[in-house]
Amino acid sequence: MFARLSTKIGLKLIVIVGVTTIITIGVYAYFNIHSQRDNLLAEVERHAMQLSETVRNSTRYDMLLNQRERIHIIINDIGSDPAIDEVRVLNKEGKIIYSSRKESIGRMVDKQAESCYGCHAAGKPLEKLPISQRTRIFRIDPDSARALGVINPIYTERSCWDAACHAHSKQQQVLGVLDVTISLADVDERIRASAFQVAIFAISVILVASLIIAFFVNRWVSVPVHALLDATKQVGGGNLGYTVPDLGKDDIGMLAQSFNTMTMKLSEARLQLFQSDKMASLGRLAAGIAHEINNPLTGVLTYGSFLLKRTENNPEVHEDLKVVVRETIRSREIVKSLLDFARQSIPKKSLSDINEIITRSLAVVEHQLSMKSLKIVRNLDPQLPKITFDPNQMQQVFVNLLVNAADAIEDGVGTVTISSSLLRLSPQGIAHIKSARCPRGHELITSDFKIEGIPSIRVKARCGGDEGFIMLDPIYGRKRHHFEFEAQDEEKMEIVCPDCGISLMVEHGKCEVCGGRIFSFAVPTQGDFEACIRKDCGWQRWTAVDSAGQKEYVELSVADTGMGISKEELPRIFEPFFTTKGQKGTGLGLAVIWGIIDNHNGTISVESEIGHGTIFRIRLPLQ
Amino acid sequence: MGKRIDILIIDDEQVVRDAVSRICKAGGLTIETAGDARTGLAKVQTNAYRLVVCDVMLPELDGFHILDAMKHAGVRTPLIMITGYSTMQNAVNALKNGAIDFIPKPFTADEIESAVRRGLRYQKFAHAGASGGSQKGDVSNFSVPCPANYYRLGNLSWAHMERTGTGLIGVTDLFLKTVSPVDKIELLDMDHDLVQGTACATITSQDHLSHDILSPLSGRIIERNEPLLSRPETLEKDPYFVGWLYRIIPTDVTYELKQLTSYVQDH
Repeated sequence: MFARLSTKIGLKLIVIVGVTTIITIGVYAYFNIHSQRDNLLAEVERHAMQLSETVRNSTRYDMLLNQRERIHIIINDIGSDPAIDEVRVLNKEGKIIYSSRKESIGRMVDKQAESCYGCHAAGKPLEKLPISQRTRIFRIDPDSARALGVINPIYTERSCWDAACHAHSKQQQVLGVLDVTISLADVDERIRASAFQVAIFAISVILVASLIIAFFVNRWVSVPVHALLDATKQVGGGNLGYTVPDLGKDDIGMLAQSFNTMTMKLSEARLQLFQSDKMASLGRLAAGIAHEINNPLTGVLTYGSFLLKRTENNPEVHEDLKVVVRETIRSREIVKSLLDFARQSIPKKSLSDINEIITRSLAVVEHQLSMKSLKIVRNLDPQLPKITFDPNQMQQVFVNLLVNAADAIEDGVGTVTISSSLLRLSPQGIAHIKSARCPRGHELITSDFKIEGIPSIRVKARCGGDEGFIMLDPIYGRKRHHFEFEAQDEEKMEIVCPDCGISLMVEHGKCEVCGGRIFSFAVPTQGDFEACIRKDCGWQRWTAVDSAGQKEYVELSVADTGMGISKEELPRIFEPFFTTKGQKGTGLGLAVIWGIIDNHNGTISVESEIGHGTIFRIRLPLQ
Repeated sequence: MGKRIDILIIDDEQVVRDAVSRICKAGGLTIETAGDARTGLAKVQTNAYRLVVCDVMLPELDGFHILDAMKHAGVRTPLIMITGYSTMQNAVNALKNGAIDFIPKPFTADEIESAVRRGLRYQKFAHAGASGGSQKGDVSNFSVPCPANYYRLGNLSWAHMERTGTGLIGVTDLFLKTVSPVDKIELLDMDHDLVQGTACATITSQDHLSHDILSPLSGRIIERNEPLLSRPETLEKDPYFVGWLYRIIPTDVTYELKQLTSYVQDH
């Protein structure tokens, strides 16, 4: 539990603040309660003392006059107050001579008793004591309430031993003791109530403070920190388009913004590395060089070739000049290829509404279709978002598909349905690996072997002394691999790069499904792709694509109720020069379409049934 | 007064002017030079040249402005553009704007000579074609009808978009006039990538001159007209249909077609 605790900063903060709150408030409450109690008791003590003094003062005169009856009455009257437990006077022998409780009168009090202990404890009676030592708190019975007693010694004075009754001798310092006992029941009750209140208050404060702290720590620390943590994982997995949401204006918020800026700069830098900017400046550089070089090269080439012509009857010179001309022409080719490389033939893509293009294509073809009295059904999603594509190329695609659909329908009776919709798809079965590299940078994708029309990923498998090739399906999750090699013992099989032989095995990796060994290769700009080595397992993981999650696609389809395409012909339909139209078709329309869709990072697929019809599905990613 | 000068070369580079002059003179032609646009224009307006050879990129003015200026001044001398590879786009554009041909730099002695010879023959045939009459010679009639879907790169080559999105490429009849009679034709190999404005085939005329045919579109060659290789006379007989050169899958058709001239505009 502590291990788990130590990994969550939010929890740690909440716990430490909670503990601190409990300690401080606890200590405070404790001292509060005690101080209150002490105050109350001191008050009672003072009051008891005052009472005692009052009793002494009120009975002094009567004692001087030895008016015993009157003293009894006074003591009884005073003692009748319900708050006063007992008022009694003890003589110097310890005998109770007066008391508000009749039953106590005449009794002897033991010197060891709590009432006497304060002064008589040392064995010898003490003469003067401060008030705090003359106070005692005790219980009459174990079950009864507490009581506070105050001992007030009655000190002698001249008129006492001078009096006519001769009750006291001159030597006696202390004539007797006035003992007033007050019940603490009320006080205790009040203390209890007060302590209870303080305790309740303390607990509430602790709870409320903890809740508030927990809430704000969670909001200001935990949530933003986790958002940032998620973001770093995403970016680490290759998804550079991920942005952290706005996390406020404080330090963490700034951290988030700074993180986003960093990611953006990273992706820009990466883009620059792979795309237009670098190419454009390369292009400009190349163009500049070419322009400068071309003029002097013209001089050399023109004169050189001219000389070559003129020296036809001088073989030696002619041969030498041939070299000059040949190499100058070679220089020309080098400059030309440099320029061709830097040249960008950019498809003119822009953010547009694809439904509009579909409508336009229909308009182009419509008279042709309607001439056949075909029914045209449109299922266009009006909420379709705009996507980036080349409108002219897409129009070419639709016109082509529509013409094909019309051609497929014999006898002029049928329906052509064209639809557009928005889809959310997980990358499995969709994401297409277009480039795969071994650790040394060799390209594993090969056009020599195509799986369903797309170049596959070729790796070499070695086991024992044998080796052979395995062609992997470049569509993530589709797994229609082609095995030219069967390992005798899969545990000893090694997957390596066909070019350099470097191992593609992941040393400390394990398949998440079967625990077997795994191999991996890099997909440039999109992290690593891992797969289980066991043929029957088939586990794959492409973190960058997975973490990007489900992606949105626009799906466009053209369906017809025509004659359909046979199962044998279906897999070959996008091949150049493959045609089902005999003499009429060139077999190239679908190959061109395939190229256009591929250039838009989309996919095109076909389903068909003889006699029923055909449907072409195009999927274009949203960004 | 005086003999008419055959050629005017306008280029800001001395070496280029010298090279062109050297070759033309060796071919028995007379030539004058100009080092900048202004001088060139002045000369073209005062003298009647048979042909002007002009660099696309000149200081102050570019080739287009010269074409324009010549048109405004009513000078009808045919103009050949020469251009460094970096200005191929301009060259293609130049053809659209009235230049009759262009030669990329650097060029061999033969290349410039062939171009000049073609250019000198051009005027003759161009006017004849416009008037609709037929010319003496063994060449087939000029007003070969072509459907609306044909586009041409200047007067050199044509492209036709087929329904399936593929393109057909060939040579214009006017170009063939300037190289006639054709001895043989050399084609590029299959799967080769063509670039708009660059050489895609070579015709050798019977006077042993080699003429490069510039491709009207960029794309990949997926079919060649093989029979042409053994029977080159097909070219001149039917340049727009049976005499096609290549079938290609174009790479940037929409944009590039805009650089070409539609035949519809001629009719």
